[in-house]
Amino acid sequence: MLQDKDRIFTNLYGFQDWGLKAAQQRGDWDNTKALIARGHDDIIEEMKTSGLRGRGGAGFPTGLKWSFMPKESKDGRPSFLVINADESEPGSCKDREIIRHDPHKLIEGALVAGYAMRARAAYIYIRGEYIREAEVLQEAVNQAYDQGLIGRNACGSGYDFDVFVHRGAGAYICGEETAMIESLEGKKGQPRLKPPFPAGAGLYGCPTTVNNVESIAVVPTILRRGGSWFASFGRENNHGTKLFQISGHVERPCVVEEALSIPFGELIEKHCGGIIGGKDNLLAVIPGGSSVPLVPAEQIWDAPMDFDGLKDLGSGLGTAGVIVMDKSTDIVRAISRISYFYKHESCGQCTPCREGTGWMWRMMERLRVGDAAVEEIDMLHQVTKQVEGHTICALGDAAAWPIQGLIRHFRPELERRIEEHNAKFAEAAE
Amino acid sequence: MPKVTVDGEELEVPEGATVLQACELAGKEIPRFCYHERLSIAGNCRMCLVEVKPGPPKPQASCALPATDGQEIRTDSQMVKTAREGVMEFLLINHPLDCPICDQGGECDLQDQSMMYGRGATRYDMNKRAVTEKYMGPLIKTIMTRCIHCTRCVRFSEEIAGVDEIGALGRGEDMQITTYLEQAAEHELSANVIDLCPVGALTSRPYAFEARPWELKKTLSIDVSDAVGANIRLDSRGREVMRALPRVNDEVNEEWLSDKGRYQVDGLSRRRLDKVFMRKRGKLQPASWDEAFKAIAKVKPGKSIAAIAGDMVDCETMFAAKALLKACGSKLLEGRQTGMDYDVSNLAAVNFNSTFAGIETADAILIVGSHIRWEAPLVNVRVRKAVKRGAKVFVVGPHWDTTYPAEFLGEDLAVLDRLPGHVSDALSDAERPAIIMGGAALAQGAQKAGVALADSFKMVRDGWNGFNVLHFSAARMGGLMLGYAQKGGMADIVKAKPKVVLSLGADEMDFQPFADSLKVYIGHHGDKGAHAADIILPGASYAEKDGTYVNTEGRVQFAEKAVFAPGDAREDWTILRALADALKVEVGFDSFAELQGAMIRDVPALGEEGLADYGALPKADGAAKAKGTIASYPIKDFYLTNTIARASAVMQRCSAELLHGEDMLEAAE
Repeated sequence: MLQDKDRIFTNLYGFQDWGLKAAQQRGDWDNTKALIARGHDDIIEEMKTSGLRGRGGAGFPTGLKWSFMPKESKDGRPSFLVINADESEPGSCKDREIIRHDPHKLIEGALVAGYAMRARAAYIYIRGEYIREAEVLQEAVNQAYDQGLIGRNACGSGYDFDVFVHRGAGAYICGEETAMIESLEGKKGQPRLKPPFPAGAGLYGCPTTVNNVESIAVVPTILRRGGSWFASFGRENNHGTKLFQISGHVERPCVVEEALSIPFGELIEKHCGGIIGGKDNLLAVIPGGSSVPLVPAEQIWDAPMDFDGLKDLGSGLGTAGVIVMDKSTDIVRAISRISYFYKHESCGQCTPCREGTGWMWRMMERLRVGDAAVEEIDMLHQVTKQVEGHTICALGDAAAWPIQGLIRHFRPELERRIEEHNAKFAEAAE
Repeated sequence: MPKVTVDGEELEVPEGATVLQACELAGKEIPRFCYHERLSIAGNCRMCLVEVKPGPPKPQASCALPATDGQEIRTDSQMVKTAREGVMEFLLINHPLDCPICDQGGECDLQDQSMMYGRGATRYDMNKRAVTEKYMGPLIKTIMTRCIHCTRCVRFSEEIAGVDEIGALGRGEDMQITTYLEQAAEHELSANVIDLCPVGALTSRPYAFEARPWELKKTLSIDVSDAVGANIRLDSRGREVMRALPRVNDEVNEEWLSDKGRYQVDGLSRRRLDKVFMRKRGKLQPASWDEAFKAIAKVKPGKSIAAIAGDMVDCETMFAAKALLKACGSKLLEGRQTGMDYDVSNLAAVNFNSTFAGIETADAILIVGSHIRWEAPLVNVRVRKAVKRGAKVFVVGPHWDTTYPAEFLGEDLAVLDRLPGHVSDALSDAERPAIIMGGAALAQGAQKAGVALADSFKMVRDGWNGFNVLHFSAARMGGLMLGYAQKGGMADIVKAKPKVVLSLGADEMDFQPFADSLKVYIGHHGDKGAHAADIILPGASYAEKDGTYVNTEGRVQFAEKAVFAPGDAREDWTILRALADALKVEVGFDSFAELQGAMIRDVPALGEEGLADYGALPKADGAAKAKGTIASYPIKDFYLTNTIARASAVMQRCSAELLHGEDMLEAAE
């Protein structure tokens, strides 16, 4: 279990004030000038050493991502850092807690990360529904400006860096990095084609890096305590601490910082008081927010909660929004609800997702009550395969995976419902 | 030059080509809906998926993927086949099975590609989506349930037309393409979205349910609604032209057509002159050809005969009239009906020398007295392209809605002699500076000043000629080449007091000064010219005769005959030939081929399709000063500039609804 001294987010539960003074007492903004003085490349190297993988879901190495940014601007274009606080994934709520209670970690991280990648400014794109959080964040930014921590000559380092808070309007797709850039530019939030990648041409056509809130917020602490300290947690290739957000059928749902690779069982027993009705009552777990396939109880209990461990189970860590479902759950209905979510949030730009999400949801609704033929399960599986990997962004994949997971692990349940339903009608017809 | 392998065949592709283009170079057909050569890449239909190595183990959208060295592309693998079938199936689940009642049927990309690349049947048996109708104006009929959201129409309006009028609302399944506030699309190129639409969502409203594509005879023709000479195809059934569509010609119209060129064709069957008329006791009464010719011969014009060419006549007609007049001993030819008298001793000085394709590369453009958007919408598209590449545009003349950033320098022509500092800086710093002079500037006598300005900014340099005159009559350049110009313009003709005035479809001229002459109107529509005429000889419109046209850049183009002229109407040259017999003179041709031969002997440039060579610009007259103000532009109503358009119900409706703001829908209720 992670010791208190190794926690990065020391005010995760809001027991202390979020303001600048309290944050400084917790160690934020402590000689940030010195961190910046280490130089662009040194910071990126330290990040690479730490083994930090992006906390937004895809798990791309953060240091490597930063190193794609141009070292100098050949044509006068500035670089930008965009911070993704559009946390809309069902099951995910870590960025909310960070912004609520520890916003200065994020702002300091923005400055340091922005400096490392030679960015002129950071845009924090915050989810529209996070109304109070946006207020807190804006106030924290104002505090930092007032104290000269950001803005002209940030922290007395001689580096000019601005932070802007931009509020989203409630579209899930704007959490996709290129759709977020479009939305920031004032356009309809639709993902862009890649290439060109944002590091080449992103916000307003300038080099841009999009990072998750958590990835940025941990940066100052990593730099202060050293990349090797961060790398000492977790398994090879899955280093560091991570905010897990456990919801669903556990005794005490919570957001908790833990070392990566902690076994699922330990995470639940230690922090959440166990599954409601005991371990045997567990049905399945969606380990990384709604977009990853579910994992049945027997496979998940001892699995390490990290990127590779869950990938081996045919699922993924995603944002580590762990959704626990016990045996009282109507699992088909749960997945059907997730399908509805993706149908509702598809941007409509490209064909497979626009048309496929609706089809999949309608099919799921029929499977929920068993109003289908057994062959249609295979057809549905084929449809998910026709969507997966054929779209511009990953929303198509995210819509397909939960259904694929359901069919993989709960096919007997689907068939039982179909048989039951059809038997009822056969009787009625007699 | 990257080397790629397409289905095992190695080939080199140009730098910057996409995978889709590479496949096309290799002769592979790639199905697509959203991709269009002239629009930006959207990559959203996902129909063009191919397998590319190296790359992720999933199919890639070939339209958006750059071809790089060593790529191995497969268009025939199982993965690609399945991907296409999948996308096709998705496109069809919400597409209505309307084909039997859909105007796109028979020329529908979705229909064709589902035949080629789709599955045999759908597996989707739930309800289909329906979308409420949108209103896009009098030209575009919408059935948005058929829309497959390729966004070609959106991109066209935004990128080519420069009018942000069409866009997408909503998201996911509920995304809908619509116009801003569901108002009519108000620009001169709006109907091109009909051609772009790969399905039957946007179809032609005037043409709705009129014909099927396989019933139509297709004839290659040239648009005469302006001086651009857009290449068109006339689709006809029986004796009626059903529609005009643009042909691809990168030099001229790319593949666009103005709404007027496209939709004035219904005017070809309205208000036609299909009988000979003679004015008897002040009233026009039907007569016979014989009577009419006798009446003309009775006047005994001798050499006192003049010919005025209209805006839409072909070179052959003009040459036939010229030959007739020559045989009579007259040289009273004029085509500039409104009385313009600019110097035509050197045709390079009245030509669009940069060419349309060339003006795209200009980096500073001074427009003098031209409402390009109305006078030549397709040239406006080119200017917009130049602006997108960074060109600066300045306009002298009253304000009009440009589709690009432009600075208006006022209406006073004197500004040409003392251009503001930043304008002259822009022109002298430019590598390819250009001036475009419109009819309004020529009417004020600014042509010489324009040449002088071009000279002072060295607009003619190596590989570049930036001096341009933009006409708006399809017959203008051809007429000037054939000598249809008097030194003093129409005034000279009036002064000569001809006994007979032949009006070759000339409707814009003032007939008042010719009160004592016998006015013979040879034309096809009962318009102003016919009202003023003493004798009407019914002729053929551009769709009803073969003919040569020269556009404003001096491009000689040939149009073919699509249908026969109605009633007693004849091809114009036969009328003039018969008139020669009546006047007992010899014109030297008895067939169209002989006429053409004689014309080409007279003006060899008319025999060669392509740009005519007018030589170098004349020496600039340093003393030439521009004066006067451009109070207005000659075109007052874009949709009603010629007799065909004025007779067209569609054009009248466009004019009323789009320009004069009458709400036709309300009136209909």
